[in-house]
Amino acid sequence: MPLEVLVVEDSRGDIRLTQEAFRDVNPFIHLEVAHDGVEAMAFLRRQGAHLHAPRPDLILLDLNLPKMDGRQVLALIKDDDTLKTIPTVILTSSEAEADVLKSYQLQANCYLSKPMHFDAFHALVKCINDFWLTKVRLPQNDRGDESKPGAHAGRERAGNTSRGTKSGGIRRSDESDRRKRNAH
Amino acid sequence: MALEVLLVEDSPGDVRLTQEAFHAANNNVRLHVATDGVDAMAFLNRQGVHANAPRPDLTLLDLNMPRMDGRQVLARIKNDDGLKTIPTVILTTSTADDDIVTSYRLHANCYFSKPVQLEDFENLVKTINDFWLTVAKLPHEEILAPGAQGPKSGKSLGE
Repeated sequence: MPLEVLVVEDSRGDIRLTQEAFRDVNPFIHLEVAHDGVEAMAFLRRQGAHLHAPRPDLILLDLNLPKMDGRQVLALIKDDDTLKTIPTVILTSSEAEADVLKSYQLQANCYLSKPMHFDAFHALVKCINDFWLTKVRLPQNDRGDESKPGAHAGRERAGNTSRGTKSGGIRRSDESDRRKRNAH
Repeated sequence: MALEVLLVEDSPGDVRLTQEAFHAANNNVRLHVATDGVDAMAFLNRQGVHANAPRPDLTLLDLNMPRMDGRQVLARIKNDDGLKTIPTVILTTSTADDDIVTSYRLHANCYFSKPVQLEDFENLVKTINDFWLTVAKLPHEEILAPGAQGPKSGKSLGE
């Protein structure tokens, strides 16, 4: 099952590069594109042409967009109880301190600067895939819409779930093992 | 310029392992430890023995801790205008869906389950270091930090 990624980006060149880079690094990703902030919100709220839009597992959000800019989109996502749990990564050419700070104030999950050169951009997409779509635990049970029976399967790569507690045996049983390894 | 990382963790074994893993991954990181939620908030608010604490560039937060648990700490950080911009990464043994969703709802920047195996744990610390302290752009809080009173002893990226 594919992981759903929403790219909110108005530059056609950057959209193409993002699609190509994701195709290279992870063929299981289903990339959707919104070309401005208004379209992004329609997609997330399943309005108009986006009635059957999947809920994204990750959003890559540019800041400078026509109609509604990325800061407004970010604020709307992070103020919406059904959308706020979707990890939203700012991916923008801006390196302005004010943009970085403002994005974290609006609860962006992280901020990345788009590199100028293709190779560096490709490496960054790989990094996003390896970190956000492979290592990080994404929320699974907070789907705005449970109408898609297969929607959860893609997240099963995260493994089975078990409630971890301080008294849980996982770490305790491993503690001596870790210490032994540390001794070497 | 050293990067300041606050580890909020009550297990001495995990503290030790995290220190060693950061030492291996990036010797430019200064790791500070708070052993429960109350201690973490005192550090972040520069209270008591933490009067001269630096502002963390990154916080690694366990969920299950004595006195004040990680969910409460997370809620306080992300509701405080002076602290909310500090990237706060949940690092816990819990893999419960409820904990993951609740953490993102409280605006955790991301969530990791602690791996059981030592090598996996070391790799995870390296992953966190490589992404958050190398690739991601971190905020420089000096521009505006209404909640950050007290001595401006905090070293940050911008200094």
